[in-house]
Amino acid sequence: MGIHQTKDAGGAVVVRVDGQLIVGNRQELKDLINGALDSGERKFLIDFARTGYIDSSGLGALVSLSKRVRELGGELRLSGLNEDLRSLFELTKLDTLFAIADTPEQALANF
Amino acid sequence: MHPAEVRVQLKMPSEVACIEQTVSLVARHCLSGTAANESLRFRLQVALAEALANAVVCGNQEDPAKSVQVDAELRIDRITVQVTDEGDGFDPEQVPEPVLPEHIADTCGRGLFLIRKLVDDVHFNEQGNSICMTLRRR
Repeated sequence: MGIHQTKDAGGAVVVRVDGQLIVGNRQELKDLINGALDSGERKFLIDFARTGYIDSSGLGALVSLSKRVRELGGELRLSGLNEDLRSLFELTKLDTLFAIADTPEQALANF
Repeated sequence: MHPAEVRVQLKMPSEVACIEQTVSLVARHCLSGTAANESLRFRLQVALAEALANAVVCGNQEDPAKSVQVDAELRIDRITVQVTDEGDGFDPEQVPEPVLPEHIADTCGRGLFLIRKLVDDVHFNEQGNSICMTLRRR
């Protein structure tokens, strides 16, 4: 359980969300990505392959982070959404705001 | 009408840190010993997490003196979960649609919308501080 950060060979920050992304831990994700932004990082991938569920606070945190990353000239991509998680993005039309890949490898391929 | 097979009642403190554990506890009891599919589990978890977050943050405003009541019933054909806070309540009809073009990029306001999409039936009490959600077994 938790939110873990690694760095891809191509320079992208890869964040893995193990467990849930909800109102109780969304700030942890925001602090992690905002801290990396402040350190000069601009390419981010958040992988949800090990995520159980996401609530609207978690979705809101992703929207907020995406806005800030874009404002600073960077890009935030998502990967690893199973059918249920993907349905949340489709229901809320957030699938139109994010670049979503099936796997981290696909997301990082042309990053 | 079928009798309830499992009934869960609990009182949760107004702390966001308690939401995940409460969702897990209620889902485990409501879905134990049944052939629940993963989609039903997912819909129950997300809808309950949303209702609890609304109750803790918006309803009780994280006041430690207030608590959230959860009443869940599993029947052979459906699961019903009622979440009640100690706040003043709200008018669910006044919540804007988050998928309208002007709201898609908003950073909040999707909770009730998701509940309505994920469960089969939603009712509020007159005061607006208690939500009752029904998920049918498919």
